[in-house]
Amino acid sequence: MEFSSILFYVFGFCLVASSAMLVIARNTLKAAMLLILSFFSVASLWLLLEAEFLAITLILVYVGAVMVLFLFVIKMLNIDQSTIRAKFTTYLPLGIFISIVVIAQIALVLSAGQFDLENVEEPTRHVAGYSNITELATDLYTTYVYPFELAAVLLLIAIIAAITLVHRKDSRSKKQNISEQISVQASDRMRLASISSTKSKETK
Amino acid sequence: MWQGFVDFVHQLLPWFDGGLAIVIIILIKGVALILPLIIMMAYMTYAERKVIGYMQLRIGPNRVGPIGLLQPFADVFKMMFKEIIFPTKANVYLFVLAPILAFVPAIAIWAVIPLGQEFYITNLDISLLYVLAIGSVGVYGIILAGWASNSKYPLLGALRSASLLVSYEIVIGFVAVTVVMVASSVNLNEIVSSQSGGIWNWYWIPLFPMMIVFWISALTETNRAPFDVVEGESEIVGGTHVEYSGMCFALFFMAEYINMIMMATLAVLMFFGGWHSPFEGVPYLQEFFAFVPDIMWLLVKMSFFLFLYLWIRATFPRYRYDQIMRLCWKVFLPLTIVWIMVVALMTQLHLGPWF
Repeated sequence: MEFSSILFYVFGFCLVASSAMLVIARNTLKAAMLLILSFFSVASLWLLLEAEFLAITLILVYVGAVMVLFLFVIKMLNIDQSTIRAKFTTYLPLGIFISIVVIAQIALVLSAGQFDLENVEEPTRHVAGYSNITELATDLYTTYVYPFELAAVLLLIAIIAAITLVHRKDSRSKKQNISEQISVQASDRMRLASISSTKSKETK
Repeated sequence: MWQGFVDFVHQLLPWFDGGLAIVIIILIKGVALILPLIIMMAYMTYAERKVIGYMQLRIGPNRVGPIGLLQPFADVFKMMFKEIIFPTKANVYLFVLAPILAFVPAIAIWAVIPLGQEFYITNLDISLLYVLAIGSVGVYGIILAGWASNSKYPLLGALRSASLLVSYEIVIGFVAVTVVMVASSVNLNEIVSSQSGGIWNWYWIPLFPMMIVFWISALTETNRAPFDVVEGESEIVGGTHVEYSGMCFALFFMAEYINMIMMATLAVLMFFGGWHSPFEGVPYLQEFFAFVPDIMWLLVKMSFFLFLYLWIRATFPRYRYDQIMRLCWKVFLPLTIVWIMVVALMTQLHLGPWF
């Protein structure tokens, strides 16, 4: 057995175990942490397949940003475990039915013989100086430049749409205008008045 | 019996050649890097107390050892023998996991940071991306600590700090994009190599606004004053680590200081020519400073940035949370996007010695 295959089995075991525990875990935050562990295991497996850019992007995007927002939501929600567990038996038959269907689908696809080892070509191993990211960039910006740009524009539209949905003028909002606060001058807040010290005595 | 042992060793040998030897070498390299790093971090705390002390016309620690030089060790031993207290109804697993998750990424980043021409653990092809990715994992320590403590102040600190870290990661990512565009590589070694040849070849000149943006974002990413919303002693006591004591607290503290050293190093690598001497190509000075090893230049530049951390902490008033957020989304983000365009233009025109 090669060293890389030992690594494969270690990360594979981590992935399967964390995914299984993720489904079983009762604490939502623990489940989220297990999901992060499975992301890391997948990233390590991809590194073994020489897809280092994909692996790092998975960690950067999903672990670094998406899961942080997930945890945010989980923290803000007050999840009452007892109400969730109360309806466990009512949903049990439906749950069992759906899982049987899913397992059957996976079993059917896998037993069709399409994914046997002899059907799948072994990925070619590259030499040490091979740059995965350069190859990817060349493909992305020459052959697939229009789909790539279209996807980018689509994402931009989604961002703008999401912001316009939540961004509305609320009259009760006590927002502070920071640029106004920062650009304030001494003359806006303070007036230097020259009052002669003798004048008050004269009026008396 | 002996023959069986020899056979067993012979069976192991291909393993040793194929991977175990590499693993052992990497472990030795790692220890050789982490030990000086920990000592540096310990003396960073001493330097902080001394420098801020002198800036505020105090003397700072001067009781343990000559001029207080053994103070960090006294602190370490005090921390080690303190009891670790678990708050009632705290989630113990996550409570213990949080400081580990803060500390491990801080250390793991150093696997790809080149400190000299031949002084690194791995020469990863995408090391800058790796630094960004692993750096973004450190936020889990803060989030988990805030949630698992079952206390109000940690939760508030975690909430506002986590949203801040996620926002500023975007800015740092964009700044990294400009550096990558100028250097046309994501490999930190190559980014530094492309800055060779004197102080005017470093990237701080074409990327001057980006350097400022990066440094302010670095202050925020490491939760340092004036952007230390995670702590805020006057508002929420100690932030996420209110409930932590002993070594669990020390891990948070160490993670913060190691991240500071990492950010200072990253600023040097990206904008200040890494291990290159500023006098390269200068007729007389180049020969005069030829005896200085390359890592020394990096350490000197890094020390300046670490001093800058302390200097800024001692002199600037703290920012309000919404002001920091505005600075990120409304000032830095447009500025970085505009500068990406400028860099693209400069690359097309092959401007100066940088492109």
